[in-house]
Amino acid sequence: MEILVCVKRVPDTSENEIEFNPEGNDIERDELVYGVNEPDNYAVEEALQITARVGGQVTVVTVGGEDDEEVLRREMAMGASHGVLLADDAFSGSDARSIAAILQAFLRKGKYDLVLTGVQAEDGGAQVGGMLAAMLDYPFASLVNSIEVLDGRKLRISREVEGGNREVSEIDLPCVLSIQTGINEPRYVGMRGIRAVASVPVPTYGVTDLALDPNTVGETAAKVKRLDYFLPALGNGAEMLHGSREEIVARVADLIAAKGGLR
Amino acid sequence: MMETIQSPAQATYWLVQGRELFLSIYVLGSACFFYIVARRLAPLLRGERDFRFDRPLRRLRNVLQFWLGQWRHPRYRGAGTIHILIFAGFIVLATRAFWVLALGISDGFVMPGLSGTTGHVYGIVADYASTVVFLCMMIAAIRRLAFTPARYSVPARYGKGHPADAIFLLALIAILMAADSLFQGSKAAALAQQGRTAEFLPVLSLPWIFKDSLLSTPLPTLQSLHLGAYLVHGLTFFFLLCYRPFGIQFHVETSLFSLYFAKLDRGTLKPVRWGVSDEQLGQVKSFGVKKFEDFTWKHMLDFYSCADCGRCSDNCPANAVGRPLSPRFIGIKARDYAFQHYPMFGSSANGKALVGDIYSEDEIWSCTTCGACEEECPLLVESIDKVVDLRRGLVDDGDVPQSLQRPLKALESRGNPYGKMEKKRADWAAAPQFQQTCAVKVLNGKKADALYFVDSITSYDDRMQAIGRATAEILHHVGQDFGILGAAERDSGHEVRRFGEETLFQALRDHNTEAITASGVRRIVTADPHAYNALKHDYKDVPPVEHISQVIARGVKTGTIKFHPVDNQSDVYTYHDPCYLGRHNHIYQEPRNVLDAIPGLKRVEMSRSRDRSFCCGGGGLMLFYEPKEEQRMGVKRVQMAAEAGANVIVTACPFCMVNIEDAIKVAGLEGKMTAIDLVELTQQQIAQKDPKAA
Repeated sequence: MEILVCVKRVPDTSENEIEFNPEGNDIERDELVYGVNEPDNYAVEEALQITARVGGQVTVVTVGGEDDEEVLRREMAMGASHGVLLADDAFSGSDARSIAAILQAFLRKGKYDLVLTGVQAEDGGAQVGGMLAAMLDYPFASLVNSIEVLDGRKLRISREVEGGNREVSEIDLPCVLSIQTGINEPRYVGMRGIRAVASVPVPTYGVTDLALDPNTVGETAAKVKRLDYFLPALGNGAEMLHGSREEIVARVADLIAAKGGLR
Repeated sequence: MMETIQSPAQATYWLVQGRELFLSIYVLGSACFFYIVARRLAPLLRGERDFRFDRPLRRLRNVLQFWLGQWRHPRYRGAGTIHILIFAGFIVLATRAFWVLALGISDGFVMPGLSGTTGHVYGIVADYASTVVFLCMMIAAIRRLAFTPARYSVPARYGKGHPADAIFLLALIAILMAADSLFQGSKAAALAQQGRTAEFLPVLSLPWIFKDSLLSTPLPTLQSLHLGAYLVHGLTFFFLLCYRPFGIQFHVETSLFSLYFAKLDRGTLKPVRWGVSDEQLGQVKSFGVKKFEDFTWKHMLDFYSCADCGRCSDNCPANAVGRPLSPRFIGIKARDYAFQHYPMFGSSANGKALVGDIYSEDEIWSCTTCGACEEECPLLVESIDKVVDLRRGLVDDGDVPQSLQRPLKALESRGNPYGKMEKKRADWAAAPQFQQTCAVKVLNGKKADALYFVDSITSYDDRMQAIGRATAEILHHVGQDFGILGAAERDSGHEVRRFGEETLFQALRDHNTEAITASGVRRIVTADPHAYNALKHDYKDVPPVEHISQVIARGVKTGTIKFHPVDNQSDVYTYHDPCYLGRHNHIYQEPRNVLDAIPGLKRVEMSRSRDRSFCCGGGGLMLFYEPKEEQRMGVKRVQMAAEAGANVIVTACPFCMVNIEDAIKVAGLEGKMTAIDLVELTQQQIAQKDPKAA
């Protein structure tokens, strides 16, 4: 099975202290550490596990710039056979629809049975996967937390729905799935693995390679524009519970139950 | 002259002449033995390289100390004493065994150099030796059957025990001793019956007892006993020789080699591959131990040498708290694997991954590398290097627990496991009040004599920053011109390396080495034993490093540090030896000297202290790992402190502080027990310099 996984390079939320720029419309990015968007990592791991079971290859693709090659290398170190960087000046300022359009253009060039994305980007809104599926006229399933390959170009997939229940579906290939974290345990990739793939070529495709009209992507084509970035105002602080340990425990249990956390 | 009784060489056994019979037994027995040993050596030849041929004198000293001197055995008094007696007996009886065997083919054979008086004296010693060994076999058997120490039991998850095998081996040795003695005793009895002089048999020795009880036995019976005992002795000897390589008794043969080739450098780790430089490592296809043949030949030899005595696991903190690790079975399972996959006949099948087969991932990650197992092993079996090699294999395959992946990634991108910003690494020194009294310079172009290597936990952890500040104040107090690397410092990588991530470790080490070299310091001080061990053993070409406890101890000795008495004289202190200060680096006494120099401080020792210290739970990445365990090591440790009657635990390691402070809470001892670092205590008790003297 040929699987394409769309990945994104995002600031690593656990290793950064996010501050805003003076204009207040973006975060200060100078000293940020970037990494693979975590859900994408699960998607790549899942793709690798599927190809390990049924054969095939995994390709990882990202839309971005030179810096974004590092996430492709990391995923290739995990085991992806190919990495492709979709980069062009015309892509800058793209909204989610444009990103989906760029990916769609790339998908036209190859033949993939399955397209995976992470459930959402840590700095994004879970939009690209669904739009990409629509543009390709592929079936789409989101929040997928298990995949089983069936005979006859079908998959059995499941997702967790509200209340912890599991919904199982069958979906035809080719399709687009957005992968939920927790579907697997992604393997570790260290410097050694990344060094091992350092010399593997990563092709870069721009508008001409993808036969895209530059006016349909990038800032000019963006229909959604980010206006502001802000921290929510601080609330009134935490509610401190007082009393004996037993009283506090009972009160906490009540509060959790009231929010639906205990049954 | 007519012999009273016929000697085995002259006798006829079932129509076969004795000499011919014994010659064939010896040839056959030896051939079997050499064949078996050759088969046992097969995996060693396929094992990885291991450089163990340097420093022969140092190695010889190990042999004298640990083999001939049985150095570690008295640590377990009962079993140790029995072992020393048996070992001494075997050493004495090795010559005798050869002598007696030679009699079967050469009548009246006399060991060269052992004729006349020397021979008589030797005979007396050997008679008593075989008696002692015989008695030891009885005691050992009774001990095995009736008073089995808990450490011999085999938990179901590690396989099955072989108690019958142990008894069988003891019986074989006892038979060997008895047969030899009966062989002599029967002849002596026969000679005595005829009033002829016999070889002197010392009173109450086994041969003497036999002689004494056979004095009235008819001559033909004595003749049969004499010949029969000789045959039984010969057969048992060769059976035992060929049987030993199938179990724990193989250590009789292998221990000498294991000890000669034992690891000489404490606190170090084996390289990924012997003979491959760090620069060439990129070309190595696979890291660490994945399949059995990835172990080095010395590590395989360890598997054979392990006598399954259980001392390692008896002292292993992971085993004590119910983690799925018992160092004993790391070796035993590998040995059984070797026996199974390198059989006596037929080709050897192998190549399967060990983790997932004989080991579990949790087993391999459960080790804190505290070194308690290695400290105890009478045969200096190396456990840490094997565990680290297995981890290297797991890391290479990407099999790293999720809980460790994040800190490893953060170490790669930020140089600390918490993912904190590099520029905030020196923030601990910028606390306003502290900065006024003790300015710490960052060696960013500035020069200093010494570097204080802070390391990650002390730099970033709110609680441990106090250790950093106390260390700085002490260095200041003793007049040490020092600075820190600040943002240029990265994690020492000590645990990164011990968790098997060699490539990341080397990147951290190279970065730090460059920063240290650029700073131009002449020496390094640290308050973190893990950093101390890394800088001392894992780093090359950095200035000499000291742990702060050594600096304080020196200050106390020279008088630059003077203490005022403790406020609360009813407090009872105990010192917890951090593994990487104590066991791995032998710094036991300096911290104690410091404590004892504080007036009014009452100090007690925990039952497990110094080289038997009990690990607090592990440092560095171990803080992120979520082990499967019944209890925390730290909780056990604070309970030991409570048992010793202490209410203040002094340690000298920030990781110990994390674990012990947590454990005090978990154990419900909050308010009753406190923990303090040696530097904090020192700083608190330091008497300000006499203004006149200043």
